[in-house]
Amino acid sequence: MTRSRLVTALLVLGVLALIALPLVLDGGTSQFAGTDATAAELAEEQGAQPWFESVLSPSSAEVESGLFAVQAALGGGVLGYVLGRLRGRRLAERSREDGGT
Amino acid sequence: MHIAEGFLPATHAVGWTLAAAPFVVHGARQVVTEVRERPENTLLLGAAGAFTFVLSAVKLPSFTGSSSHPTGTGAGAVLFRPPVMALLGTIVLLFQALLLAHGGLTTLGANAFAMAVVGPWAGYGAYRLVRRLGGGLLPGVFAAMAVADLATYVTTAGQLALALPDAETGVAGALVKFLSVFALTQVPLAVGEGLLGVLLFRTLTVNARPELERLGLVAAAPEPTR
Repeated sequence: MTRSRLVTALLVLGVLALIALPLVLDGGTSQFAGTDATAAELAEEQGAQPWFESVLSPSSAEVESGLFAVQAALGGGVLGYVLGRLRGRRLAERSREDGGT
Repeated sequence: MHIAEGFLPATHAVGWTLAAAPFVVHGARQVVTEVRERPENTLLLGAAGAFTFVLSAVKLPSFTGSSSHPTGTGAGAVLFRPPVMALLGTIVLLFQALLLAHGGLTTLGANAFAMAVVGPWAGYGAYRLVRRLGGGLLPGVFAAMAVADLATYVTTAGQLALALPDAETGVAGALVKFLSVFALTQVPLAVGEGLLGVLLFRTLTVNARPELERLGLVAAAPEPTR
């Protein structure tokens, strides 16, 4: 079990390092602009002429980031619920087996 | 990988929508069949959708000094095969197009084709290849997540290049330009996504073993020592 926990911890550390290292190594020189926005700028340079507007645009960056947070929260909430139920089910099965013997 | 609203010429918008539509319709049928015939898998189906929902909402910094978001479609493609992700991925894109002004309705077809069709299929192909070469479930999942992520962004670059060829160097020149925006930035994110997929499947192999056995992902083994 401890080895399994170590692997889990290393995997989590790996993910965190992949996110944190770019910010640290960079030394504050980059803007970390989103690639989607950069691609849109490049598309306009290439002559793209947007001909349709978004039906509903978040009125400020704060509102937009809030809506993204809502999206992540919905996904994270459902994912946590499912994983929690699955784990609870396994623990219940185990205690039933232990109780039966 | 979201092409912004209105950025594709109408012909391309219609073309990609027609290209993605059959996959999404087929995917919707598969989801209905899955839920009806194997209701015990509904929880996992929810997990696959939720995983994509979280990952595509989070923009992460990368070594290139720009940031981008993972797609999270590889997990569901491994669990339920790619058609299911055609629907789930498109739902995510629709949510973002309608509420977040991220992507768009006119580019929904193209974005769905990249993230909900090409990504899951490429990821599933990578998974099958790893398993055929003798790799286990977790290496397969890592490959599926990373390849699904990268393939999605490469597809988006190709779609933009086709729509907006360079005045001098044509489609190929435009492709190089768009790939330079997307591809390199995405590599560390794809690796990170692969690791997250491994984390997810590590808990699933412990807690959802019966489901994974039924889905044919792990061999039905005698109860592991605990």
